[in-house]
Amino acid sequence: MFELFSYGDAGWGDEILQGLAITVQLAIATLPVGLCIGFLAAFASMSRARPLRFLGFGYTTIMRGLPEILTLFVVYNGAGLLINAVLRWWAPEASPIDFSPFAAGVVALGMVFGAFAAEVLRGAFQSLDRGQVEAGRAIGMTGRKIFLRIQLPQVWRFALPGLGNLWINMLKDTALVSVIALDDLMRMTKVAVGVTKQPFTFYLLACLIYWAMCVLSELVLAQMERRANRGIRRA
Amino acid sequence: MSPVEILVQYWPRLLDGTLMTIKLTLLGALIAAAVSPVFALVRVHAAPMAQAPLRIYVSFMRGTPILAQLFLIFYGSGQFRPLLQEWGLWSFFRDPFNCALLAFALNSTAYQTEILRGGVLGVPRGEIEAAKAIGLSRLKTLRRVVFPHAYRIAWPALGNEVILLMKASALASVVTVFDLMGRTRQVFSKTFDFSVYLWAALIYLCITAIFVLLWRQAERRLSRHIGTRNTPQATAQPLKETRA
Repeated sequence: MFELFSYGDAGWGDEILQGLAITVQLAIATLPVGLCIGFLAAFASMSRARPLRFLGFGYTTIMRGLPEILTLFVVYNGAGLLINAVLRWWAPEASPIDFSPFAAGVVALGMVFGAFAAEVLRGAFQSLDRGQVEAGRAIGMTGRKIFLRIQLPQVWRFALPGLGNLWINMLKDTALVSVIALDDLMRMTKVAVGVTKQPFTFYLLACLIYWAMCVLSELVLAQMERRANRGIRRA
Repeated sequence: MSPVEILVQYWPRLLDGTLMTIKLTLLGALIAAAVSPVFALVRVHAAPMAQAPLRIYVSFMRGTPILAQLFLIFYGSGQFRPLLQEWGLWSFFRDPFNCALLAFALNSTAYQTEILRGGVLGVPRGEIEAAKAIGLSRLKTLRRVVFPHAYRIAWPALGNEVILLMKASALASVVTVFDLMGRTRQVFSKTFDFSVYLWAALIYLCITAIFVLLWRQAERRLSRHIGTRNTPQATAQPLKETRA
């Protein structure tokens, strides 16, 4: 039974590891995109300008209410159409671009991550001590300095548990890209199942790999939280 | 075709899909709701060793993608076909709807168990002592004191879980269940008209919005004896702020 998972031609170990590599790459590529969207949406929903607030609130509400797989299909099918429509208008002689499944995965998962992250970050910003911002202003710090030196370091501490949960959710959601033909862990497992006719064995293996990644993430996050909270006296 | 024409022509399919989505979600959530109180009590009261299998189950369900769980049940059952046929269970596992429902119910049970555990732990000790003092049996204490309060604490989080389940139910389309997502993909592959996805998005948002309203209504009913001035902490948090 173990030769099934071995490396090389006989086994599926190397194919599944390749799939795992894609899954990890996708998750790591999505994280900065999602965080950027999250910060933008959080700032928009805390902005003093009403239209911006409306936009930020609308974005987070809609994105959090839609199934992730629907978002993925909308991005994968829709963004391709949109890009090529713009391209035809811009440069009619250019050949149509293929919107790669990897890019679609990063954009779609990033949009979902961003919507949830915006709520986490907004909560974190609002739990900051207002007096500290006022103190910063009183000693003549500029708005940017207040943000970089006072708010951001503490937001990190408040937002970390929430963002950690989102990371784990996103890691699991990467499995969806197998549906749009990206060769991630889930899809390589499917290929292996197609040849070996052992669906339970291989899907169980895939589940165990995802599980291991989630448990590992939880351990790392616990460590990061401990580090972020160093120097904070517990009440 | 214009977006309106798409809707006019294909609304029976979308409606059919919507009903399927609601059916999957409600059945899955109800099955999980029937099992999770027992599991939650085990998680609160049983000895650590007795809890171990349950903890592993919950961790597994929360640590793996629902899509992988669905494939494990739907495709994975094929590996045991002779055995399942012998037991007369094969006709159950051959149907993608049953497999999707089983996967969602198993998944939701894990989440609901953890949420309810939090609720049970949140019931003040004094209430249980008071119940004991007036001579209620253990079963009656659970039924009349512990669970009513635990559900009131857990209510917003449970609502979130049902919404998450509704969103997850779109995955059933991958194993050929014609829920709203499945119908939408079917229409798209026929027309290549992108607007059908937007209609689907709108329907999903409507389902969520209506559900949130109903859930709040139920929450108000659950805590009607408390009065508005002294709302419990759980109701003070808006529903959208928390996520399992």
